[in-house]
Amino acid sequence: MKKIIIDPVTRIEGHAKITIDIDADNRVSDAKIHVTQFRGFEKFCEGQIYSQMPALTARTCGICPVSHAISSIKACDTLLGVTPPQAGINLRKIINLAQILQSHTLSFYHLSSPDFIYGFDAKKEERNIFKMMQTHPQMAKDGIMLRAFGQKIIQTLAGKRIHPDGLVPGGVEKNLDEATRDTLLAEIPNAIRISQESLAFFKTNLTKFQKEIDSFGVFPSLFMALVDEHDNLEHYDGKLKIIDSEGNVLQEHISPEEYKEFIGEAVEEESYLKSPYYKPMGYPQGMYRVGPLARLNVAKACGTARADNELLAFKALNAGKPVLNSFYYHYARLIEMLYAIEKIEALLKDEATLGEALHRTSKILKTRAVGCSEAPRGTLFHDYEVDKNGIIQKVNLIIATGNNNLAMNAGVKQVAQTFVNAEDVTEGALNRVEALIRCFDPCLSCSTHALGIVSSNIELRDHNKNIIQIFKRN
Amino acid sequence: MIREKVRVKSFKINGIDVTGASNQTILEIAQENNIEISTLCYLKGLSCVGSCRMCIVEVKGSDKLIPSCTSKIKEGMEVTTDSARIKANREMILSMLFSERTHTCSVCVSNGNCELQDKSTELRLEHSQVPYGHARFEIDASHKNFVNDPNRCILCSRCIRVCDEIEGAHALDLMGRGMDTRIIHDMDEPWAESLSCTSCGKCVYVCPTGALYEKDISAEEAEKKRNIIMELLERKVEQ
Repeated sequence: MKKIIIDPVTRIEGHAKITIDIDADNRVSDAKIHVTQFRGFEKFCEGQIYSQMPALTARTCGICPVSHAISSIKACDTLLGVTPPQAGINLRKIINLAQILQSHTLSFYHLSSPDFIYGFDAKKEERNIFKMMQTHPQMAKDGIMLRAFGQKIIQTLAGKRIHPDGLVPGGVEKNLDEATRDTLLAEIPNAIRISQESLAFFKTNLTKFQKEIDSFGVFPSLFMALVDEHDNLEHYDGKLKIIDSEGNVLQEHISPEEYKEFIGEAVEEESYLKSPYYKPMGYPQGMYRVGPLARLNVAKACGTARADNELLAFKALNAGKPVLNSFYYHYARLIEMLYAIEKIEALLKDEATLGEALHRTSKILKTRAVGCSEAPRGTLFHDYEVDKNGIIQKVNLIIATGNNNLAMNAGVKQVAQTFVNAEDVTEGALNRVEALIRCFDPCLSCSTHALGIVSSNIELRDHNKNIIQIFKRN
Repeated sequence: MIREKVRVKSFKINGIDVTGASNQTILEIAQENNIEISTLCYLKGLSCVGSCRMCIVEVKGSDKLIPSCTSKIKEGMEVTTDSARIKANREMILSMLFSERTHTCSVCVSNGNCELQDKSTELRLEHSQVPYGHARFEIDASHKNFVNDPNRCILCSRCIRVCDEIEGAHALDLMGRGMDTRIIHDMDEPWAESLSCTSCGKCVYVCPTGALYEKDISAEEAEKKRNIIMELLERKVEQ
């Protein structure tokens, strides 16, 4: 038995390694992703005052700090029993969508598109954004522009591009004025153009990757996402809905406060990443997926014209049933980017957005609260317990990427079994194993909580778990 | 009561001839002559206690560095306010202030409006020269308006002094020793249960860091309240 180790997994956010076990017959028997860092946010937040939580938990991540701040302020709203004014809610929604836009753009352009342009078997020196700048300068420029637009919205409305401090319990610190609104609106047409061109590029190139589409994490699983009252795509608020791989509704109208009744959290050896599962089906059968693919599978419609048009084509991929191919996470991400821009435009044009954006209050009315939102990578839960003065007693975080842990492992195994030949391990095969992980766009620094400093590797192990070969990526 | 006779004293600061009354401090004379000395616990209008040691200066003929805010002027003394030795000591003092408690600027309510933070910028201190103690104190959020977070306290005692000398309540004091010292209300009761606290908020608005802060208030409102307290202190100086 041999063991292949890919360490670190590259072009993802955070640190991970992959181990691939080879049996006595030289076949891949198992493959796993190991998250090798630990953060400890749940612990060191204890004893802090509730009002500190949005700023503290936003530090979980430099890519999606807004998502953490949004879930956190929503939990704080509940603790205080405050409902933000409509302008506050609209601005929070815009900031959250801008976050999704910039994060998805980073995932597609900066991390994954080199694979689509040059192919999975291209030399690794050529599979990066710098090469893309040389051969496809306009596309690289567009990707950078679109991400910058998302970040500009966050900076304008919430104070800073990264770790903004304008998101506070009770609403948003700063009201939006008309002139600023118009400046942002002026950039929408170009953003829509870039987004549509990205979709066109991806769809045109799909035929090149049929083998990857058919083998990158294609398996039945449950899907979970927030939806609004019309079962449409929703990232800020709404109720949880869980469907199976056939599209049957298992749970709907679940208030995020009740998440513990439906989601269990298992801990696996060799990884700091929790493995949440759907409780009624048990562990590990209750594997579910979250994120763009799950959201589009769960939602009936997006609610914006252009994105809905694209969604029709997306839903047709599996004749209206949930799309099971994890490769299509990229596709779903691109549709969500278009949706985010359209929705931002609609919210900016809503006159209510220009009103008073904050209700201030500091009296603790509840001692437990759950804040939930859709982060770029999936459903995010912040669960706080406080004393009567608002001092945090207990914290539980279920990070978007964590929800996908079981599915990512299943996907890695499938890709390894399809592409890895134990007798001749090629760069292309290893890149595909990593690319599967990239489909999920995991944010591992977010989802784990780490003392580790080791980055990710691919390990080749024999049936006695002896390491045969380690592929170090740094 | 026999009052000490105030006399005029002449001396030098950084080689410049200056004069002052014998009951004045080196810091006061330096400020009157536009000679800058770095301070932190000092606040015009309150008594001086020299707790932070940031305003240390050299006096010719003495091996020790002395706090200029509490040292009275003397005839013929030669004071130096800026030297490599003073700078090194100030950096060490500031490092020790940072390492003593848990000052995480990025998530602090006073980020961008903190005198300790300003001091590190002024001295260009990028890292603490001593290891962090990672102290962990309980936060007192019992008061309906205010929070006391000892993890950000530098024990400057401005809050104690303003409560005693301006508000006249003396609701605050110090308890414990060394690194465990902290600001308490009355006999170490939760803030909400303090009988002598008048909830005036003066302590909050003289706090140089984010150790004492008001809940549920915008930065603009906080600035306004701070200005009112500072004006009160100015008036006291004029009296």
